[in-house]
Amino acid sequence: MLALKSLYQGFRDPKTIAKLAEMIAIEAAKCSEPINIMEVCGGHTHTIMKYGLNQLLPENIKFIHGPGCPVCIMPKERIDHAATLASQPNVILVTLGDMIRVPGSKGSLAEFRSKGCDIRPIYDPLDTLTIATDNPDKTVIFFAIGFETSTPMTAVLLEQAEKRNIDNLLFHINHVLVPPAMDAVMADPRATVNAFIGPAHVSVISGAKVYRPAVDNYHMPVVVSGFEPVDVMESILRITKQKAQGVAELDVQYSRAVTEEGNLAAQEKNEHFFEIREDFRWRGLGPIPNSALKLRPQYAHRDAELIYADRLPVKEIDDHKACQCGDILRGLANPKDCKVFGRGCTPESPLGSCMVSSEGACNAYYRYNGV
Amino acid sequence: MSNKMKSKTVQLSHGGGGKEMNALIQDIFFSEFHNPILNSEEDAALLNLSGETAFTTDSFTVAPIFFAGGDIGKLAVAGTVNDLAMMGAEPQYLSCSFIIEEGFEVAKLKTIVASMRQEMAKSGTRIVCGDTKVVPKGCADGLFINTSGVGRILHKGISVKNIQQGDAILVSRDIGRHGAAILMAREALSLESELTSDCANLWPVIEQLIAANIEIHAMRDATRGGLAAVLNEWAVASNVGIKVEESAIPICDEVKGLCELYGFEAHDLANEGTFIIALPQEIAAGALEIMQRYGHCENAAIIGTVTDEHLGKVVIKTPWGSNRYLDLPHGELLPRIC
Repeated sequence: MLALKSLYQGFRDPKTIAKLAEMIAIEAAKCSEPINIMEVCGGHTHTIMKYGLNQLLPENIKFIHGPGCPVCIMPKERIDHAATLASQPNVILVTLGDMIRVPGSKGSLAEFRSKGCDIRPIYDPLDTLTIATDNPDKTVIFFAIGFETSTPMTAVLLEQAEKRNIDNLLFHINHVLVPPAMDAVMADPRATVNAFIGPAHVSVISGAKVYRPAVDNYHMPVVVSGFEPVDVMESILRITKQKAQGVAELDVQYSRAVTEEGNLAAQEKNEHFFEIREDFRWRGLGPIPNSALKLRPQYAHRDAELIYADRLPVKEIDDHKACQCGDILRGLANPKDCKVFGRGCTPESPLGSCMVSSEGACNAYYRYNGV
Repeated sequence: MSNKMKSKTVQLSHGGGGKEMNALIQDIFFSEFHNPILNSEEDAALLNLSGETAFTTDSFTVAPIFFAGGDIGKLAVAGTVNDLAMMGAEPQYLSCSFIIEEGFEVAKLKTIVASMRQEMAKSGTRIVCGDTKVVPKGCADGLFINTSGVGRILHKGISVKNIQQGDAILVSRDIGRHGAAILMAREALSLESELTSDCANLWPVIEQLIAANIEIHAMRDATRGGLAAVLNEWAVASNVGIKVEESAIPICDEVKGLCELYGFEAHDLANEGTFIIALPQEIAAGALEIMQRYGHCENAAIIGTVTDEHLGKVVIKTPWGSNRYLDLPHGELLPRIC
């Protein structure tokens, strides 16, 4: 029988990691300019901080922790939407894990749940089907969050609801896209990022090709990376090699699951149910054009954002003035540069996006850094 | 007067103080828990205590009530007995209060009470007083149990404030089993495995450590908050640094698998029969040898040391030499998103 350990131990092998660190140091020594790698995805931030990979690298390699955590980037007004929906009579609000912790302007979903709202965190979006069929007299609203990785799951949920005529299931769509966020980071002329680690699970769905424009437009290496420590170290080595050679290419480290084209069946489903939203405000980065999805008009009968439009708040709510998340996300500031870090802003009461979830940069610094 | 429970479910009348309540108490509780002090049915139990005495209380609200490796009854006895054992106290007397939701099945209640009796037999404790309340449907989730306990101190000086520089930190077995078993049993995760809770009475192994004159500086069962919570509390209370080797912490495959799938950390998960102990480095191997004689402690391990660096913090060292703080778990345990 296949042991669990055999699945991951190769990717966490101390000798391999030590050797990769050594090779990175050799390549980095050949580079004249500092290497500022943005790991776009919060999952990578978590790997780097949890496994202490940053401690194994030479001084001229720095990480800039990107905006790729779907919970962190949700602006307060969208969380207020969720809270408002959950507060409607006969509504069950269903959402994914961490989302219920994040405070909106009137509190977190967990707090609304304690006031009597029926809010259910789930792991598998398809569990929402059971909740809807078990509660035919209630309206069940799936508050959908996530990047390209989790969008197909919402698409399949919607497809099933249509197929099985589950009429009491509605959707509030907050799916966002990685490439426009990378563009938003680079749009600031002060941005110091000069290489990207691309999230592999996004590319499992969308293909490696989604990062090609970034390579072409910004002339910097993009390595599509897995999430285990060896994956991330190998990706850093590949970036460092490109930097040493002075080239900028798209490279797939996570070749065990990522192809150039990605999962075409999943892309087809996404295409069928969703279209590009003209504008979406990202917590920390502000409005980014064409950076999110919404339901296509033929599914308006499932769109909670339209059906409850008269009750959903429209006012945009900015983060605290002292919060420097925008600068941190662009690599212009380090979490520790922020005046409120660890004082006014903690994981228990976050003032800005980066402190919100365990995948946010400030949160990861708060928990792990400083040893 | 017949003292047999006729109803198949507990009714509000069973908490009313009259005939039905008598039947519930006699037929279900006294028949299992009987002992001279309880049987006297006075307003309060009369105890003869001598010397320094430990006193503790805990409430049990676990959902689901029956889980792989135990049930709320076993937990309610083992939990309080373990709290006493962790202070070096021999568990003697327990109190027990039931809060029962109207409509709770009598057959389930009997099973739970029987497992409490079995668990008490392992440590020689007795329930000497108790209380029963029945609350209307919806006011409780099936059954809540509170137990309190007293015990005679056999090893003095065990304290969270007593950890010394150079102490070894030991864990009694693989961590995270109870939390993982409960999470798997909950509908939301719908995961199946052979995993059972570590729920166990720790007094027998503690009694042996004390009998062998092992010098114990601090000892705690790693219940809610898991290993991470205990070590952090110790680091702060004794104003020391605690350094832990990640690779030395025993974790079974099922727990590891759950953590990998859902993004949990085994050191944040609850345990109900796993303890952490701090003692002088030079006697660590001997203590380990005693612990490993017990079936549930065969994976006991030395996982770290107490240092004068990073006072008040716990540092975990990865197998490749990097370090990070082991933080206190916070918020409810929620599966990761992607």
